[in-house]
Amino acid sequence: MPILFEARGVTKRFGGLTALHDVDFAIDRGISSIIGPNGAGKTTLFNIFTGLYAADEGQVAFRDQPLLGLRPDQITALGICRTFQNIRLFANMTAIENVLVGMNSRISLHLWDVLSRSPRFRRTESELASRAVGLLDRVGLQVSANVVARNLPYGDRRRLELARALASEPALLLLDEPTAGMTQGEASDLMHLLRGLVADLGLAIILIEHNMRVVMEVSDRVTVLDHGEKIAEGPPREVQSNARVIEAYLGKRRTAPGARPHA
Amino acid sequence: MIRSLIAVALVGLSALAVATFPRSVLVFLLFQGSLLYVFKARLPEPLRWGLIAISLVVLMPTIGYFNSYYLEVATQVGIFVALALGLNIVVGLAGLLDLGYVAFFAVGAYSWAIVGSPHANVILGGESFPLAGWWFYVFLFVGLATAATTGILLGLPVLRLHGDYLAIVTLGFGEVIRVLANNLDKPINFTNGPKGITPISRPPTPFGMPYGEFFYFLALLIVVAVIIVNRRLEDSHVGRAWEAIREDELAARAMGVNLVRMKLMAFACGASFAGVMGVLFSAKQVFINPESFTFLESIGVLAMVILGGMGSIPGAIVGATVVTVLNLQVLKGFSLWLNELKNAGVTVLGYSLADLPTQFEPAKYERMVFGIILVLMMIFRPQGIFPARRRQRELAH
Repeated sequence: MPILFEARGVTKRFGGLTALHDVDFAIDRGISSIIGPNGAGKTTLFNIFTGLYAADEGQVAFRDQPLLGLRPDQITALGICRTFQNIRLFANMTAIENVLVGMNSRISLHLWDVLSRSPRFRRTESELASRAVGLLDRVGLQVSANVVARNLPYGDRRRLELARALASEPALLLLDEPTAGMTQGEASDLMHLLRGLVADLGLAIILIEHNMRVVMEVSDRVTVLDHGEKIAEGPPREVQSNARVIEAYLGKRRTAPGARPHA
Repeated sequence: MIRSLIAVALVGLSALAVATFPRSVLVFLLFQGSLLYVFKARLPEPLRWGLIAISLVVLMPTIGYFNSYYLEVATQVGIFVALALGLNIVVGLAGLLDLGYVAFFAVGAYSWAIVGSPHANVILGGESFPLAGWWFYVFLFVGLATAATTGILLGLPVLRLHGDYLAIVTLGFGEVIRVLANNLDKPINFTNGPKGITPISRPPTPFGMPYGEFFYFLALLIVVAVIIVNRRLEDSHVGRAWEAIREDELAARAMGVNLVRMKLMAFACGASFAGVMGVLFSAKQVFINPESFTFLESIGVLAMVILGGMGSIPGAIVGATVVTVLNLQVLKGFSLWLNELKNAGVTVLGYSLADLPTQFEPAKYERMVFGIILVLMMIFRPQGIFPARRRQRELAH
């Protein structure tokens, strides 16, 4: 069995700014978190993993298949799907329609099936609908299935995005700050849900997260980025006590009088 | 129950009234209004569709027997309903603002006009054209395919463009097609330039039906087909993908929507409806020239879609009907009335209308009134007459 997902030496520059420099990353199963201060390059990494950005250097492979150069929808079809930091639902579509769009890469109907309403079309549509209801159930949104996404409360929108991402039947799920704006209670409910997904579906999850309590509680591994470079990696406990990580988050300890913490 | 009676009475009486007063525009508007009522009121579904079917299949041609101009209006409405439904896919569903839509209508129209008239002999030599009338039926499909291909050709270079940029490019595309039609009379005479092409053959009609009725029924048939295709697309993964692109293109890509394929499909589908109607239009008119395919026509169709309600099939239908009737009947009638007042020398506040300078010609108020209606609609009902409604699914728990 090849390793599920592996990135090697990923570098990305925007003009003169190096957003990512020579980042290695790998995940095979379980939940792996990426943390780091704002602007560390976490979301850029996700955008490269999902094909929205092209990396300048490096390799990304999913089940030994190179991903660089593939379109986002092709990557989704292979089994990688994501959510967005600033929720990007299809605002004027209902919750269930949002989930149904997520299934697009799993539909093999021809235009002819659609226009003729063939038995195959009817069968597929009803299967899709019942799967969509199942997913909404899973994230606790079954009663809101017909509500337009824009009218859902904030927490529900986050969970709907998760359901939409799950709709493409991914083997690897990328979640960009899924608990942002949630209360501690909501956040730990969500983490419970994620744990369930890992256990039931054998999903691997990469998490970008600022909520340290969540990260420490749920992650199997933690990767720390700072200024586009990986500065630490390992089990949560280990990373927590890593000197460079503490420095990145809190600044350098004053060693001599008058020394400035950061240039 | 009461509503059902009202609906039947309205349709029946107004149809009777049109037959009795075939020259009165107001009475014909009443008939159209009664159809709108039937369409909108809460009626049992079989009654609603029965009434609409009877009105369109039986009453309308009968009215046309009394006043053939009304049948012409109805045929024009049919043509514009199909155009609005086509543009609705591109603009309303997929959110791709297309300001050159009439180009596809032109492509369809010219595809039949060239081979359905002696003009093709000029291009190819010989005496084999015009093609026999029955080829018209084949060319309904050829026009569809040609327009769809043109749609894809337009789509390819604009795949990366959104919003304003896309609008400008499609505007340019529409102008390019019109300018081509205007100037492709040399070096090889394809379009006969501004002089246009005539006479364009008309097909043999079934049962020897008169052409007025024939084109009305053909337009009706095409509109029904277009509505069915439109509904089926909208209610499938294709329609959902289009709407997802409209809502958030980046998220749609990340969720597995093949952007290239879906955008090209939207352009091709929208264009194909216009192509079919173009073929019908050229045969109906017998004569076409580039003047029928100006930028203003594209804007007119866009106004229909927006006025009706973006992304809504009933909206596009009603929008197209309202705008066409407004242009062909209401505003024309209004300017005729003003003209009569002027000619009769009516005085308003001691000022004789006959003394109005020519700059205030009543015909000039037509566009102004249309403009005011558009402005008022956008202020007070920006979502359109029949805004798109989300489908509510029955869910088993």
